[in-house]
Amino acid sequence: MNGPERDADGSSAVRVLELRGVSKTYGQEPAAVHALAGVDLSVRAGEMVAVMGPSGSGKSTLLTIAGSLEDPTSGEVLVCGMALAGMPRGRRARLRRRVIGYVFQDFNLLPGLTAAENAALPLELDGVAVPKARAAGLAALDALGVAGRARWFPDQLSGGERQRVAIARAVVGDRRLLLADEPSGALDSVNAGEVMRLLHEACQRGVAAVVVTHDAQLAAWADRIVLLRDGRMTGTTTRPPGPESLLIPGETR
Amino acid sequence: MSVPHALLALLSEGPKYGLQLREEFEAGTGEVWPLNVGQVYKTLGRLERDGLAESEENGQDGPQKRYRITPRGAEALAAWLRTPPDLTSPPRDELVMKVLVAARVPGTDVHEVILAHRLYLLELMQQWTRLKEGEARDDVSLALMVDAELFRLDAVIRWLDAADVRLARAAAEPPRRSPADAPVPQLRRLGARR
Repeated sequence: MNGPERDADGSSAVRVLELRGVSKTYGQEPAAVHALAGVDLSVRAGEMVAVMGPSGSGKSTLLTIAGSLEDPTSGEVLVCGMALAGMPRGRRARLRRRVIGYVFQDFNLLPGLTAAENAALPLELDGVAVPKARAAGLAALDALGVAGRARWFPDQLSGGERQRVAIARAVVGDRRLLLADEPSGALDSVNAGEVMRLLHEACQRGVAAVVVTHDAQLAAWADRIVLLRDGRMTGTTTRPPGPESLLIPGETR
Repeated sequence: MSVPHALLALLSEGPKYGLQLREEFEAGTGEVWPLNVGQVYKTLGRLERDGLAESEENGQDGPQKRYRITPRGAEALAAWLRTPPDLTSPPRDELVMKVLVAARVPGTDVHEVILAHRLYLLELMQQWTRLKEGEARDDVSLALMVDAELFRLDAVIRWLDAADVRLARAAAEPPRRSPADAPVPQLRRLGARR
């Protein structure tokens, strides 16, 4: 490991994910599709970044490349300072299992397993001893406020509880990077907001997250919003001031 | 926002002093709508004149006076709650004007204009969301206010998205299509579904 990278501004926050000039092209010219073109993105520990864009803008491609499930056509991907290119297959798979957590649109809990078993699953698949994995799974459920549902099966849980378990599974153990594709699925807006609140809380505990969404209300939970269009980053929000500015009459409003 | 009706609502909980009404009004709207004392007493005076509220007779005036709602006031409040606000005529929206103008000013990239507004609105939504994440968590009134603001800003962003696509499409297509090219069957299908 190269050790934590530091920014020019002196920030010591570790850059958990870094995309440098990442492009992805499917197919051959002249019929080639440029899904991503020269994307630079850096996400620090504790930071939540939302990626917004219309369908076909390259949002999902960005996520699969960040999750090392696909290689970029050109450019570099670094996870916790380690370049994915040239990394042996086994090491890369281990990195994917241990460092990266995924939150899916439809939660994807296994119906035959309890909440605790679902949460512990990534660790067990990674070869962690069952008691240790279960303990970590319970701790993750506890952090998300669903420890009381540990022995319940997915079909006994409400939609909101299922998503909490899914997030617990994504952060279980010592995950550093959370990747989420439309993580609130078909939940109503209040529950969808709750999901974003939980993801943001996970970030405040030190995880870095990239959330892909087309919904501005969900993206607004992020610390930074990046806009994608036709595979290019067209804009990014600068860190907004705190909410107190909204409450001072006559100044900002 | 109807201040008279908001005050009637607060009085419907029981008799209250003017200063108390002001505090409760501001707390009840998450302190997003400030209200000055003068406004409170002016409004109370009008409510009293119209027979919707009355002050208690204790010989004192000003801040020492308590107000209570009258039966007529309670009726007016109930009727107001169920009367839909007037949303029939569109407000003259500054942002809509800017985009319409930007599309016609030579040398102006309307998409760049749209992007700048979109980023600004997203940052505003982030600020409101921070409020929701923090103070509004245990304050239902504030959470409702913040939600209303977020939905409003969200609608503006969606309009910008639609404008972006519509303008790009219009620029790519010839201004007028010949009747042979018009997608008549599709239009008919859409119409039938409504």
